[in-house]
Amino acid sequence: MASQEVLREEPTRGSLINDPRVRSIFIQVVAALALVLCIWWIVGNTIDNLQRLHIASGFAFLKGRAGFDIADSAIAYSSDNTYGRAILVGLINTAIVALAGIVTATIIGFMVGIGRLSNNWLIRKICTVYVEVFRNIPPLLVIFFWYFGVLSVLPLPRDSIGLPFGSFLNSRGFYFPRAVWGEGSWLIFLALVLAIAMSWFVARKARQRQMATGQQFPVFWTSVALIVGLPLLAYIVSGFPLTFDLPKKSTFNLTGGFQVKPEFLSLYLALSFYTAAFIAEIVRAGVRGVSHGQTEAAGALGLRSGPILRLVVVPQAMRIVIPPLTSQYLNLTKNSSLAIAIGYPDLTAIAGTVLNQTGQAIEPVLIMMAVYLGLSLLTSAIMNVVNAKMALVER
Amino acid sequence: MTQTDLSWVRTEMAQAMPAPAGERGLVAWVRKNLFASVGDTILTLLGLLLVAMILPSIINWAFVQAQWTGPDRTVCATVAQGGIQPDGWSGACWAFVNAKFGQFMFGRYPLEERWRPILVAVLFVALLAPLLIPRAPHKGLNAVLFFLALPIVAFILLVGGMFGLPHVETPLWGGLLVTLTLSFVGIVVSLPLGILLALGRRSKMPVVKMICIVFIETIRGIPLITVLFMASVMLPLFLPAGVTFDKFLRALIGVSLFAAAYMAEVVRGGLQAIPKGQYEGADSLGLSYWQKMYFIVLPQALKLVIPGIVNTFIGMFKDTSLVYIISMFDLLAIVRQNFSDASWASPQTPASGLIFAAAVFWLFCFGMSRYSMFMERRLDTGHKR
Repeated sequence: MASQEVLREEPTRGSLINDPRVRSIFIQVVAALALVLCIWWIVGNTIDNLQRLHIASGFAFLKGRAGFDIADSAIAYSSDNTYGRAILVGLINTAIVALAGIVTATIIGFMVGIGRLSNNWLIRKICTVYVEVFRNIPPLLVIFFWYFGVLSVLPLPRDSIGLPFGSFLNSRGFYFPRAVWGEGSWLIFLALVLAIAMSWFVARKARQRQMATGQQFPVFWTSVALIVGLPLLAYIVSGFPLTFDLPKKSTFNLTGGFQVKPEFLSLYLALSFYTAAFIAEIVRAGVRGVSHGQTEAAGALGLRSGPILRLVVVPQAMRIVIPPLTSQYLNLTKNSSLAIAIGYPDLTAIAGTVLNQTGQAIEPVLIMMAVYLGLSLLTSAIMNVVNAKMALVER
Repeated sequence: MTQTDLSWVRTEMAQAMPAPAGERGLVAWVRKNLFASVGDTILTLLGLLLVAMILPSIINWAFVQAQWTGPDRTVCATVAQGGIQPDGWSGACWAFVNAKFGQFMFGRYPLEERWRPILVAVLFVALLAPLLIPRAPHKGLNAVLFFLALPIVAFILLVGGMFGLPHVETPLWGGLLVTLTLSFVGIVVSLPLGILLALGRRSKMPVVKMICIVFIETIRGIPLITVLFMASVMLPLFLPAGVTFDKFLRALIGVSLFAAAYMAEVVRGGLQAIPKGQYEGADSLGLSYWQKMYFIVLPQALKLVIPGIVNTFIGMFKDTSLVYIISMFDLLAIVRQNFSDASWASPQTPASGLIFAAAVFWLFCFGMSRYSMFMERRLDTGHKR
């Protein structure tokens, strides 16, 4: 006992310098002091500079008249609206392009990623070339390529290229028929919501039944029938309320229809194609991360290649895929700020204009930072939920 | 028991036969890799269709119809557009790239001083090549020259203003020169800074840890453009009145800090992958914190994350193109700027210039990624399962 007591005593140190605890506290105090001093110095300088240059500070400018037009706006906006509304327009535009890009990039990325694992030599090579080309050039260059190289050399509106379903492509963008919802079309939406709810319910019940009895139920086809059938039924019942406003060729321009501007189109295409190359690599790594023993064991149980992929490989691959996929989604959202280079009015572009007009440098940049941080946190929160659903449930 | 009861046992090896005709040669390969099943055949035919649609038109545009030399836009425009080519002609305008090559490389760097960036480039290659070849001797000396001496020499040569060299202002710099300078400095600064940030994030000191986490997560959450905006419009406000910074330097700081935050996360991944036993072993040997990190942990951790580090380098190299937004002229920006040159404007010019820029970026990035794969294989000490 006595010897243990001796061992437990703190060993005597030569000096305080060699005591790790004292050192650690000392370093932290110095770091904190340096940080505080630095911030104090910066804030002091900033206040001085702002006063010297007679720049107002604070967020009051958000209520001022914007005075500039925005080419592409999802909500009603004119130059008489406030700066705050202009920034909101930018935020919505960023969200639209990011969301559309994420969906397309995921689809292309999964196809190419699986293509790279195909047994077919030609498909494998085509997918490899795609990935190696797009991974190694800057996204800004891809945007420029679509904008200056492809879309701006398309024919003028009067010789538009006609595409299926009454849509047209020309140097002013892509025109397609706009759906006009008539009287009673709310019934269709109601039917759609109802169908989704019902198929969710069916899937739940089918799963419970399979867990209890082992009997399977064709959930997929039932859901397809529900989601397609119910709205169709509602469409017929409510007396065909949906009509299309087709774009029509006139002498110099196309009228009617829905116009997608080339700025949006090139940004969206570039972001999708660029990010898809990274997603393809993630998918490939995910599928290869599932050990071959899993596939063989499933085969030994008598499953065929389709169910093996669906029930054994993909659920395990998704676990590996989702975390890096999330960071690719975040990258895509952040890269959407490249819109400024071709004049698509996203958040960065509009905040930049506001910054130039008001001269207030700090507040617009703070808004930008807050919004992008917020979008990042939102995306990771959603993906964390998905990840938690996919994660291995261990006892 | 007699010998006849035993089954017959062969005494010599059977002669190895060649594989059956259906299993070897081109035909078998084609059948296995292209037409293994009905679905496979359909995919192959679709793929062939895609290649047949795209490849000939690309070759035709980039080589057959392309114009390689010419004095101005007339060689790249059809008669209707005011040029000499027949109507319906479409081909790459390499003449544009040819004529503007000097600008694409050096920007508006004065013509008579261009030997300076060329000399720096030669020094850069001469020092980099032996550093990359594993068998070349004197790695330590080489690294010191490359990472310490070269930046100083390059600074003196490129900026000038001393030793009788005329001063060349950074707004005159441009093209590949800017792209490479930004990325080289970014790489040299961001790796050590990223390692320090990663160590700080895993530190047991709460204050240091908090500072590192806030820095890393903030930078990672915002786009580089915002960081560059901050560096170009907010930094002057943060400094005392009268103190001004070179714009180029501000972009350098922005890019380096941005890359350092990403680097920190990559390095942290490596640090976390090292088993606890290694840390404890180093502690029990009586090594100090820095000795432990320098001799035991970092060599193993960095080796694990080479692909991630190189990916960050590649990302940064590509991201340097964003300095266009704060109106600096890197390779992409100078190509973009030259589209509006009236003596070369034609429908083919933008695509040609952009494809040239893409090829340059692609070569550098692809080279880096291949070299990292090579290093990964070389450094693989076989501890992997």
